[in-house]
Amino acid sequence: MNKVFSHPKSLRNIATHYCAGCGHGIAHRLIAETVDELGIREKVIAVAPVGCAVIAYEYWDFDCSEAAHGRALAVATAIKRVRPDNIVFTYQGDGDLAAIGTNETIHAANRGENLTVIFINNAIYGMTGGQMAPTTLLKQKTATTPNGREASFHGYPLKISEMLALLAGVKYVERVSFFSPQQVIKAKQAIKQAFLNQINNTGFSLVEILSPCPTYWGKSSKESLDWIRDVMTKEFPLGRIK
Amino acid sequence: MARITIDKEKCKGCFLCVAFCPKGLIKKSDKLNKRGANPAEFHETDACLGCAMCAVICPDCCIEVYK
Repeated sequence: MNKVFSHPKSLRNIATHYCAGCGHGIAHRLIAETVDELGIREKVIAVAPVGCAVIAYEYWDFDCSEAAHGRALAVATAIKRVRPDNIVFTYQGDGDLAAIGTNETIHAANRGENLTVIFINNAIYGMTGGQMAPTTLLKQKTATTPNGREASFHGYPLKISEMLALLAGVKYVERVSFFSPQQVIKAKQAIKQAFLNQINNTGFSLVEILSPCPTYWGKSSKESLDWIRDVMTKEFPLGRIK
Repeated sequence: MARITIDKEKCKGCFLCVAFCPKGLIKKSDKLNKRGANPAEFHETDACLGCAMCAVICPDCCIEVYK
């Protein structure tokens, strides 16, 4: 018998601190597999966010940098400009990329920096205890919206991928999800494309992943995936945006 | 003929592998691991297709597939 599915070399074989059923683990693995397949392990530099994935550098076995909250794309811009031969990507959640870091995100995208962005959208703040995020859906209950998010008081879910797709500097935007193994395989293809774009000097590429947070959604692991499929994708439609 | 191995000490017991195995060959173990979770357990049989759906959806990279 041959091993047909194994642990990627770029991912350390240790247990992560994430909750059971959390999508971060899948995203970490897909990135590690992509790095291995493209043979860029010695060239890649990750910029980790603040949020649940703040210690992502403990899990990837390649070079990583940490950034202040929301500033991953500013740090990545500097690294890429100083070391243009390296492959630089940021890994950011919705609180990091779409709330405190919106400014840095929009301007890095508008400058058309040749970077890859992996954006994990779970529609909630995980690390701080399940509060409302800009991407929280209408009627979604969180620690700070106990009766559900209301547009008249909290505003609407922020569609950052569609916003960024309007900018001339942005070359590739795709929204994928983790609600089934088939969708995970599609997500991997999008991540690989986003890295290939950087290798080919195409410009700013972003992959938004609809990722489960069973703990703060108050659902089981499987119910969380069903909720992404049935509810979340209605607000955040999947597919290539640009 | 195929089989999988599950790293029982890394498994957190989310059971997404159980939900997506098309043959229903993975179940919850009765025993606790060191983390305090009931890990997933593979039912040894010739029925495994080696489709790797379990490994693809596993958030903790606990599963390896042999074919």
